Amino acid sequence: MKRIYSVLVENHAGVLSKVAGLFSRRNFNIDSLVVGETNSKDVSCMTIVSSGDERTIEQIEKQLNKKLDVIKVKTFKESMSICRELTLLKVRYNRENRRDIMENCDIMKAQIVDMSKNMMIIQICDTPERVGVFIEMLRTVSIVEMARTGTVALTKCCEGDK
Amino acid sequence: MNGSEAIVKCLLEEKVDVVFGYSGVAIAPFYDALGETNVKQILIRTEQNAAHCASGYARISGKVGVCAVTSGPGATNLITGIATAYADSIPLVCITGQVNSELIGSDVFQEADITGAAESFVKYSYLIRDVNDIPRIMKEAFYIANTGRKGPVLIDVPIDVQQQEISKFSYPEKINMRTYKPTVEGNAVQIKKVVKELAKATRPIICVGGGVHLSGAVDEIRKFVKDNCIPVVSTMMGIGVMASEDPYYFGMVGNNGRPCANRALNESDLLLMVGARVADRAVNRPDLITENKVLIHIDVDPAEIGKNAGPNIPLVGDIKHIFKKINEFEDKEDLIHERTEWIKTLNQYKVDMPEKRPEIDTDKYVDPMQFLQNLSRKLPKDAIYVADVGQNQIWSCRWHLVREGRFLTSGGMGTMGYSIPAAFGAKYAAPKKKVVAVMGDGAFQMSMMELSTMRQYGMNVALIVFNNGYLGMVREYQHYKLDDRYNMVELHNTPKLDKIAEAYEMKYLRASSQAEAEALIDELMKKDECVLCEVVVDPMDLAK
Repeated sequence: MKRIYSVLVENHAGVLSKVAGLFSRRNFNIDSLVVGETNSKDVSCMTIVSSGDERTIEQIEKQLNKKLDVIKVKTFKESMSICRELTLLKVRYNRENRRDIMENCDIMKAQIVDMSKNMMIIQICDTPERVGVFIEMLRTVSIVEMARTGTVALTKCCEGDK
Repeated sequence: MNGSEAIVKCLLEEKVDVVFGYSGVAIAPFYDALGETNVKQILIRTEQNAAHCASGYARISGKVGVCAVTSGPGATNLITGIATAYADSIPLVCITGQVNSELIGSDVFQEADITGAAESFVKYSYLIRDVNDIPRIMKEAFYIANTGRKGPVLIDVPIDVQQQEISKFSYPEKINMRTYKPTVEGNAVQIKKVVKELAKATRPIICVGGGVHLSGAVDEIRKFVKDNCIPVVSTMMGIGVMASEDPYYFGMVGNNGRPCANRALNESDLLLMVGARVADRAVNRPDLITENKVLIHIDVDPAEIGKNAGPNIPLVGDIKHIFKKINEFEDKEDLIHERTEWIKTLNQYKVDMPEKRPEIDTDKYVDPMQFLQNLSRKLPKDAIYVADVGQNQIWSCRWHLVREGRFLTSGGMGTMGYSIPAAFGAKYAAPKKKVVAVMGDGAFQMSMMELSTMRQYGMNVALIVFNNGYLGMVREYQHYKLDDRYNMVELHNTPKLDKIAEAYEMKYLRASSQAEAEALIDELMKKDECVLCEVVVDPMDLAK
């Protein structure tokens, strides 16, 4: 089972390593982890995607709550939230496949953000699933480099802030 | 006032009267400031034992144990002690010196990233960057260590911070931490559910763990047990919650426990797990525990509930508070008769399931069972008994009879060498009580350097070394599981203990037969001085 943990933490030095250390020490998976500031300066938000059975999911939440730098933990399913992931892909192109690539970008609402005479950087910001689809579509082209941010997520408005 | 003086002032605010530790340049300013006060400084002989001393002290005094060591190797040596305290939820504040703030990260002499290294063994840690944070951090550290699920807190203080002037010292009255609010009162609805479920149980049992001691809830539990006529078993850390010979008490559970205790647990229809982790040594298959019974799990740490076994009724809060509430409920109804029958059945198990013992040649060796039973009968009722780790620990759990005293051991981490320094700390906390440390020859050699500490500070502890020339517990494992291939377990050339005692100017007693053992115990009871007792036991003896 996949779960998203939205973890509000004190914006202190060393908090990231404490949280990441907790996952590795207790043998919990991290599929992705994103950290950034929130609207309040002294609070950071970590969005962690993890998977495991029900007991593991419950334990992750409890152990996160036990950490003294953690202010609040929200756990939710992907379906209860708006999830986005930003990905940058550097691809090699040639005269033959250039149009194809551009069409694919059009269909998937990706943007070409940088270009040289044989390389381009494509940016896509979408749900993790659609980002995956787009990357699959580009498999036929040679991908030189790729960087994914991992998932950021907020619970949907109708879910309210429980 | 400089940083060191500020730290010391905070210790005085927290009514600290002793600091266990080891000095070094990076912590010297702190000890310099401490020397100006009446706080006792105890210089142990290796840093790990400073934490064990503080642990023994904390467990007997009910206060936070404090230790302070230098940077680098001093700090890393402390880690095993911190981890031991963490595993048993013992409240400690550990202060470590650190190199100059500006040099942190440059791998200078005696620098270690101790907050990083100790992260998974502390409840919380601080690296003080600003001297003005000292009062707040010290206040928080003591609060964190001694509330909720107790545990060690580490404070790393760079030497320059110890020397800087603090602009204004004021010790905070209140704690203001948005991230830490431990639950004390149990949820009223859950408590009612517990009471309701109890009212249906004809074969209930309560399993008490170390949390009962930590919460100071022994009296509440005893009252609950008597009022409701409920038999009690315990984990290793829960030994002493009930007096060993209490008619409601059936011993320690688990793979090293008493057969009748395990049977009682299995046959119950309701199990109240109180302040215990449901860990592997106590409960063999925690996932199966709810198959034939209702499980109620009461613990101050919500993460413990459901970690190893999913309870029917979880209840988070401080045990003392919760049992005060439970004891207020009056509907004791008419189950007492059935429960009396249940206790009768369990008492029959006690008779039917005697503990198996190998044949011991008592002309050549001392039988640890007889020895420990005799010893505990002759000890004062309120004696403090510290067991080390190994066969001696299992024997101690089984046969030492706790009456009004305490039983201390390293239950979670199983740290060999714990007993001597912990006994030291316990004796410091209760100087009038008889304190006995029981260990094997392996554990003794891990901590025997502290004999000089005992002599230096006049701590009169009775040390009993079961000498069999082996790491007995591992040898026993090899006997059962590895076809008697005894690798890495023979301890040869152990120094002559009489010579050791002489070197440290201690009294020495020895027994290598049952008759001598009786005489040894009688002799020991007459002495109020540091005594080293060598008790020769059969190397082939078993704990199971």
